[in-house]
Amino acid sequence: MNTDSYNEGAVVHTPVFIDGHSVEIPILKILQQDGTLYECAELPDIDQELATKVYKTLAFHRVLDERMVASQRQGRLSFYIAALGEEAASVGGAAGLKDQDMIMTQYREQGALMFRGFSLEDFMNQMFSNAKDLGKGRQMPIHYGSKELNYMTISSPLGTQIPQATGYAYGQKLQGLDAVTICYFGEGAASEGDFHAGLNMAAVQEAPVIFFCRNNGYAISTPSDEQFKGNGIASRGVGYGIKTIRIDGNDILAVMKATQTARAYALKENAPVLIEAMSYRLGAHSTSDDPSGYRTREEEEQWQANDPILRMKNWMLAQNWWDETQDAEIYERYRKEVLAAVKVSEKIDKPHLDTLITDVYDVPPVLLQKQLEELKEHINKYPDAYPFTAGKF
Amino acid sequence: MAQMNLLHAINNALDIAMTDNERTVCFGEDVGHFGGVFRATSGLQEKFGKARCFNTPLVEQGIIGFANGLAAQGSVAVAEIQFADYIFPAFDQIVNEAAKFRYRSGNEFDVGKLTIRSPYGGGIAGGLYHSQSPEAYFAHTPGLKVVIPRNPYQAKGLLLASIRDDNPVIFFEPKRLYRASVGEVPAEDYQLPLGKAEVVQTGNDITLLAWGAQMEIIEKAAEKATGDGISCEIIDLRTILPWDIETVVNSVMKTGRLIVSQEAPLTAGFASEIAATIQQECFLHLESPIARVCGMDTPYPLALEKEYVSDHLKVYEAIKHSVNY
Ligand SMILES: Cc1ncc(C[n+]2csc(CCOP(=O)(O)OP(=O)(O)O)c2C)c(N)n1
Ligand SMILES: [Mg+2]
Repeated sequence: MNTDSYNEGAVVHTPVFIDGHSVEIPILKILQQDGTLYECAELPDIDQELATKVYKTLAFHRVLDERMVASQRQGRLSFYIAALGEEAASVGGAAGLKDQDMIMTQYREQGALMFRGFSLEDFMNQMFSNAKDLGKGRQMPIHYGSKELNYMTISSPLGTQIPQATGYAYGQKLQGLDAVTICYFGEGAASEGDFHAGLNMAAVQEAPVIFFCRNNGYAISTPSDEQFKGNGIASRGVGYGIKTIRIDGNDILAVMKATQTARAYALKENAPVLIEAMSYRLGAHSTSDDPSGYRTREEEEQWQANDPILRMKNWMLAQNWWDETQDAEIYERYRKEVLAAVKVSEKIDKPHLDTLITDVYDVPPVLLQKQLEELKEHINKYPDAYPFTAGKF
Repeated sequence: MAQMNLLHAINNALDIAMTDNERTVCFGEDVGHFGGVFRATSGLQEKFGKARCFNTPLVEQGIIGFANGLAAQGSVAVAEIQFADYIFPAFDQIVNEAAKFRYRSGNEFDVGKLTIRSPYGGGIAGGLYHSQSPEAYFAHTPGLKVVIPRNPYQAKGLLLASIRDDNPVIFFEPKRLYRASVGEVPAEDYQLPLGKAEVVQTGNDITLLAWGAQMEIIEKAAEKATGDGISCEIIDLRTILPWDIETVVNSVMKTGRLIVSQEAPLTAGFASEIAATIQQECFLHLESPIARVCGMDTPYPLALEKEYVSDHLKVYEAIKHSVNY
């Protein structure tokens, strides 16, 4: 049995209640908005090559989001989720890891996948649910996944990846791999039971998992002050006996530093770490949402001044690692590439009819094969009613 | 009478329930100020205050656990689960708690004042996690009532009856019809009976049975069959649990044929339960095997949704097959 709670702490003889907010949590900030470092700030491991890759990923992220939201408005795409204003959390996290580390995400972390090298075509094919989509056109746009890139396929039900990350990391440890699992989730999803289960099990089972909470202030319309009353998500890590840090989520260097340090710790100590990255969801929840009904323009403007991409650019310029001409050039190039890729992907056929019954099990059971045969007969009878698949099987 | 879409009808029913009984409380994710992601609870917080209509943290097991406690205390709890696909974290609170509260306590305690509202069903390009029809999971649980309306008029009357019924009720709302289905709805308070199916069209040759958004599909199939001289009797089951065996039996005794159609996958869907009971009750009157026209036994797809669904053409083919058996 754990005896700490019996023997630790002062003995009192009148009731003393600990305040729910008594844990004070420092926040790590390294880079200022103007591109200068805070005094005595400790840099992450980063050189010009890595910094350039990180910055280009951020720029690409911004462009892709912008273009896809526009495509949705034009009716070319059914749905999209942008990460406007919080791109540093996903890109910086991936940049602080090794390629063999598993990444599990919620849905607003496409930046991590970009950093890993998922191709523009792969992004497009998923979003247009076409025959070339790795996920075979089965999930709504933005539910990416790639075995090759160690990026677990996204699941819409919130929080489910949290205890899974614990189990995945435990397996990595058992195998003696030089690898950890990072698990992203929103501050809203952290209310789910799975969050509590996943963190407690990680602490007890000593799993090398990095829990990365993107606290962006909102869960759809619900502001974080209606989501929880404690000191953010970080205070909960303390309750579970987990090493915890809070960081400025719009500070790419702080994100990288925290992730690199957490990775080293998780591997060396076989223990989980919780990172809470403070940020703001500058855009709508998704293309199905309009935030003007639940928050003010002033609040949004305040956060616009904290743009994480501009902050990194200012630093890159100050380092003489980047210049304005290069900057204009990549934005221009990415826009053209994305536009061209949309035009290609939206014309690719839908997945083959047979994919309706594959992957439900490793091998389709007899009943499913029969259902597919009946469907084919039916489509042959009414080809006009099923224009995407008629005549294509 | 006013023209309302299905969302307005639900909003209107909630408004009446909250006005009528001040112990009625509505809550769920984004339900408060914002009025829910589909706006079903629009304006309720402004009208009845934050204590009676509010956002909850994002935790379905918490929402239903809280609702169980609130209902046990005697308040009228109307909890929203944002999508039926996300009801499963609350499965334990529904199946082991709500459904068995009265039974396990010898009727010392109950949660009869609980109603769970949740949008369900496909046809909105939502893929596997925004399209499911999970009624059969709950139909397998004695102690629950499961209700599904087909249009605005039904939605208002059945929701008011569900809220006032003294048993826990799961009320699934066909989200594909939220704005698409518009009809005349009386402004005043009225209830439609739970546990009663409705014959929406009489006919002689075959009985077609469905519920919720699937009603539109079988009606369309029946219309097409009329062109072939086939007269269809159409029944809306309305309450899945406990279901109205008598109305269906009476119809099948007359027509001798039955097709049950649902959005959910075929295997172990509620259509199977109906088929088993009706063949038991009407065996000697059946002219052809009872047919089930359902979703395939796979998760709900995205790109191939059109192919997957139990559409009116599949129902129509089943009608012809049954009649020519
Ligand atoms: C179990 C479950 N419940 C509800 C939803 C619907 N939903 C999707 S996103 C979302 C808000 C999530 O907020 P947060 O975790 O803060 O992430 P953010 O959107 O801010 O990135 C909700 C309620 C869901 N997908 N899964
Ligand atoms: Mg959030």
